[in-house]
Amino acid sequence: MDVILFLIFAAIAVVCGINVVVQSHPISSAISLIGVMGALAVLYLLLGAEFLAAAQVIVYAGAIMVLFVFVIMLLNAGAETRRGRSWMAQLLGLPLVFAFLGLMAYFVQHVFPGAAEVHFGAFRHGTALDVGRALFTQYLLPFEVVSVLILIAILGAVVLARKELE
Amino acid sequence: MSAGVPISWYLILSALLFSLGIAGFILRRNIITVFMSIELMLNAVNLSFITFSYQLKQVNGHIFSFFVMVVAAAEAAVGLAIILTVFKNRSTLNIDEVSTMKD
Repeated sequence: MDVILFLIFAAIAVVCGINVVVQSHPISSAISLIGVMGALAVLYLLLGAEFLAAAQVIVYAGAIMVLFVFVIMLLNAGAETRRGRSWMAQLLGLPLVFAFLGLMAYFVQHVFPGAAEVHFGAFRHGTALDVGRALFTQYLLPFEVVSVLILIAILGAVVLARKELE
Repeated sequence: MSAGVPISWYLILSALLFSLGIAGFILRRNIITVFMSIELMLNAVNLSFITFSYQLKQVNGHIFSFFVMVVAAAEAAVGLAIILTVFKNRSTLNIDEVSTMKD
């Protein structure tokens, strides 16, 4: 069951990820990216990260992607014009990509020889309780620093996007 | 207990998504799509963090992943404001035409 769920959602993530790259219209890319993020949220859940799965859906698939779609509609972004690629890129591109992926998979497989397996429900320390406890005790300083960072980001976004004063 | 998924599969998926993000970052010409490719890479790294967190049976990877999400949100807000400003000044979203610093 674990394997089936993993394969389904990994396939969704990869297909949507490829779609993000190959679609010529930004709005299609944005919708595909939401698909990737939803599939990744399920994979987080399979890994026992309940809190982060919820945060992924709310923050990434919700807030950030809404921001992207707003900007795309606001700027009325059209389809991208295709550029011609050199014959060498067309000829060598795909085989090199597969060679790279094969090499990468080989190395990962070599470094982590399938001893450890992921079972759904075997790791129960990803709840909001555990994440919150670690966040407010061991990682309190980074938490405060990050809140200052967000404040600066809000100010920066307001300053950048406001209308010029005469 | 039924058969589990090898941990390396999760890492390979993460590497795959990261490579897709790099490909989009390099190949695409629309500034918004380039930005979305960066988000894709950040997501791939999050998956790696959570996988290692599972392997080590610790919650620390979740915290790092959480911080990555926070930084991505801040980055999206500022980055999209910059895109708005660039579009206001130049009326283009093509990154090849925004090359003042290169020339």
